[in-house]
Amino acid sequence: MHIPDGFLDAKTWISAAVLSAGAIGYSVKKSREELDDKQVPKLGIMAAFIFAAQMINFPIAGGTSGHLLGSAMATILLGPWNACLVISTVLFIQCLAFQDGGLTALGGNIFNMAVVGVITALIIYKMLSKIFKSSGGRNVSIFLASWLSVFVASLMATVELSISGTVPFAVAFPAMAGWHTLIGIGEGLITVVVVNFVEKTGFVDEKTEMKVG
Amino acid sequence: MKGVYKVLLVALIVAAVLSPFASSSPDGLEKVAEDLGFLHKGEGEPVLTAPVPDYAMPGVKNESVATAAAGIVGTLLTFGAGYGLAKLVKRKKSETN
Repeated sequence: MHIPDGFLDAKTWISAAVLSAGAIGYSVKKSREELDDKQVPKLGIMAAFIFAAQMINFPIAGGTSGHLLGSAMATILLGPWNACLVISTVLFIQCLAFQDGGLTALGGNIFNMAVVGVITALIIYKMLSKIFKSSGGRNVSIFLASWLSVFVASLMATVELSISGTVPFAVAFPAMAGWHTLIGIGEGLITVVVVNFVEKTGFVDEKTEMKVG
Repeated sequence: MKGVYKVLLVALIVAAVLSPFASSSPDGLEKVAEDLGFLHKGEGEPVLTAPVPDYAMPGVKNESVATAAAGIVGTLLTFGAGYGLAKLVKRKKSETN
């Protein structure tokens, strides 16, 4: 759901850029409080993994594809502050080196995926982790947090498009919600598999794993 | 510590081996833009011309190889950027404390 140049008007992309800059600044501050030498490479590795995974568009239906966002994956493995920095890094590289997502839309894309996607994943994962305590239950929490992070991020993109006057909300909402309901299933499945795999590599220690409760 | 680099290795394999097989169908947003008739708004000149547009390494004729090469370069670049940013964030800590 990388928004290209031309979809957002100036007031919308400037506001989104300001909000995103604020969120990144605050994440830097919070992440600085807990970051240690052992964690530094993990942020690079997570960003690299999400970049690679985002290249793999999977077909869903009706000639449409989707790809991983990784907001929930990074949030669950590294906590929300690091996740915001990791997803923002991926979006910067995609925009500057690969023209994926417009430069004027970068603030909006960061806001949708690195801020709204991360916050959604954080809230849902924390909430569900209190209900589903077994390891199977944890996978349910991961799946639903991932699914909803995609759904809410796409909803936010729809809001930005409608504020920009690009497309009325009521027209775009059913279409965006429909496709991202399906894309979110892919997100959920991939995130469950990857989180379980990554944890086996010793990637996550007590300090980096998101604290629940 | 070494184990975590397995994740980077998997990322590189995904970028190099799986990326040429990725679906080229429009993604959710692109499809909606197409169906609802606002795709043209995003098809003007991009504000910034990126060195590797559309994940295809320029100058490489074979499409799969161009995509795989872009994937490897992008994955390493993102690793470097994420690592560098984290190092910068951490260094600020020792300066301020």
